[in-house]
Amino acid sequence: MGDVSFVRTQTLPEMPPPVAEQGIVKWLRENLFSSVASAILTIIALWAVYKFTAFALPWIASGVWNTESLAACRNVLDGARGACFSVLTERWNQLLFGISYPAEHYWRPTVAFVLLFFAAAPVLFFDLPRKFLIFTGVYPFIAYWLIWGGTILSPAIALAGIIMGYFVYAKFIKSSFAVAFLGGMAVAFIIWILSGYIVPAIAPENPFFEAVPSRNMGGFMLNMILGTVCVSLSLPLGIVLALGRQSNMPVIKIICVFFIEFIRGVPLITLLFVANVVLAYFFPPDSNIDLILRVIIMITLFSAAYIAEVIRGGLAALPVGQYEAADSLGLDYAQAMRLIILPQALKISIPGIVNVSVGLFKDTTLVSVISMFDLVGAIRGPILAATEWNGVYWELFMFASILFFLVCYSISQYSQWLERRLATDHR
Amino acid sequence: MAQVKMEVSDEVAISINNMNKWYGSFHVLRDIDLNVNRGERIVICGPSGSGKSTLIRCINALEEHQRGEIVVDGTLLSSDVKNIDKIRSEVGMVFQHFNLFPHLSILENCTLAPIWVRKTPKKDADETAMHFLEKVKIPEQANKYPGQLSGGQQQRVAIARSLCMRPRIMLFDEPTSALDPEMIKEVLDTMIELAEEGMTMLVVTHEMGFARQVANRVIFMDQGQIVEQNEPESFFKNPQSDRTKLFLSQILGH
Ligand SMILES: Nc1ncnc2c1ncn2[C@@H]1O[C@H](COP(=O)(O)OP(=O)(O)OP(=O)(O)O)[C@@H](O)[C@H]1O
Ligand SMILES: [Mg+2]
Repeated sequence: MGDVSFVRTQTLPEMPPPVAEQGIVKWLRENLFSSVASAILTIIALWAVYKFTAFALPWIASGVWNTESLAACRNVLDGARGACFSVLTERWNQLLFGISYPAEHYWRPTVAFVLLFFAAAPVLFFDLPRKFLIFTGVYPFIAYWLIWGGTILSPAIALAGIIMGYFVYAKFIKSSFAVAFLGGMAVAFIIWILSGYIVPAIAPENPFFEAVPSRNMGGFMLNMILGTVCVSLSLPLGIVLALGRQSNMPVIKIICVFFIEFIRGVPLITLLFVANVVLAYFFPPDSNIDLILRVIIMITLFSAAYIAEVIRGGLAALPVGQYEAADSLGLDYAQAMRLIILPQALKISIPGIVNVSVGLFKDTTLVSVISMFDLVGAIRGPILAATEWNGVYWELFMFASILFFLVCYSISQYSQWLERRLATDHR
Repeated sequence: MAQVKMEVSDEVAISINNMNKWYGSFHVLRDIDLNVNRGERIVICGPSGSGKSTLIRCINALEEHQRGEIVVDGTLLSSDVKNIDKIRSEVGMVFQHFNLFPHLSILENCTLAPIWVRKTPKKDADETAMHFLEKVKIPEQANKYPGQLSGGQQQRVAIARSLCMRPRIMLFDEPTSALDPEMIKEVLDTMIELAEEGMTMLVVTHEMGFARQVANRVIFMDQGQIVEQNEPESFFKNPQSDRTKLFLSQILGH
């Protein structure tokens, strides 16, 4: 064997990488032309992108924005290819607010929409001061009052019922959770039921905001109402269902399992028809449980079942040691869940929850089949049916897609931020 | 290796009478009788599956026993949730896999139970936590998260977390078996220090050096029974039962 010992006495000088390995050339070679197959795919993809752009861009660029009807638009185009975006400008308000929301009150839902950002901020970005949550708490009542109008007494008493219920709850929580919870609920319901008799009697003839009945809600506003309300209700309900399914009290467990399995086994569209027709039989004939409320209940139940299953997955993923550590420190069930288990389980479940929420938001368009004029319903119904605009499919549905995409993409971006923000495990 | 001084009072801390436990039809613990005085340091050893973990987990009701009684600090362990919560807040437990809360910082891990269970004001809880983190010699890690610490450091945080509840009894379930050799010592040192301060301790461990130095009683379990118990000196020099001899030859033999 030869001599293998070797000692380096000098440090080699640092050298720049060869030219071909730098910058854009390197990137192209590595990512787009790394092999023959990849080169072919790259070329095909570029060709497809070119073809699509060459087709769509001129169509968009030569779009017409200000005509009264499709015929007028075709006139302006004069045989050339181009989009009739004028349907969007002409029907803008109908697309956003529906067919029959009174035009002089459009500003009310608009304000509610703007306020939504302020209400959502402290929930979504929990580094903001906690006291902003007070606004989040009253926002639903403000928004209801703005959008539906009518006497301010209704939302105010609804809020009062909740506050009174909470006081009762806070007073008794020290002695017994069951007493506090049931007592709180009872007080809230008593106030609401009494108000059902009192409000109509004392409400002023001409309320500050003219009342707009639920059947006049429509357009993208309706999708936003259903989406935000149902997402924010189904998350807590889903948590309760997931915990109930894990409970070691057999009755609660069976109820939760049965509920979840039943709801998951039924198409949403069926539930919506049930909301539309059947549910009406369950409520007293002249009760004003309106269609939107019934639809909200159904969509909420539907997505809560899915969210519950997502969260159950998160709960199952936690090592049993976390429960034991919480127990061994003397935390009670509620504390262990709230402080230890749920924060971790929900964090694991974020992608799944977002998935369900995005799905839910898009599913709000299904209400168009029970003749509610949400964005899609308004397009398919009154707008396309109108003689002026019969035949403008592309422009309208493109617009609807963009609106939904914007919302869903923001939800998804937010969830990615949230996951990064919550990453403390440093694995 | 200095023997830890023994100052055992004759006040009873834990008394277990005729306790039995089954997993389904499997009889895990059989007729366990055990009295622990305040300030006693007991090491429990025995082959895998002999029921050591189950025994100490019965003491803070992480496992439910079916027959016999367990009295901890004068409180009878029954299915009454109030009693269970009371006992759990008096008894600290350290696990083999640390079980720190990964979503909370080290400091928050330590202050959580005092704040929520003992209703200690946050400022006082922070002070107590820093005091115990200093004691386990990692105050500088207070604002990190468990995932950023080594195993030995995590286990010391787990000890500090328990101590923050000012428990009168500490249970350790194989606190060093998930650790690399060089980290075992730092955890054992912490436990020795605790023993020197007169903490009542029940330790499941295979660290026989620790048993010799700290324990005033070693308990050997096999097949769900307490087979033998003695002072460490006599236990190691003079085991009585064959099963103990076999076990000792296996773990001290190599
Ligand atoms: N949840 C359970 N269900 C059924 N059997 C169990 C359960 N937990 C433990 N056992 C069984 O009970 C026996 C005692 O278990 P235990 O964990 O107390 O043993 P151990 O002495 O701590 O063992 P090790 O040294 O391996 O930790 C074992 O045979 C085990 O298989
Ligand atoms: Mg064990």
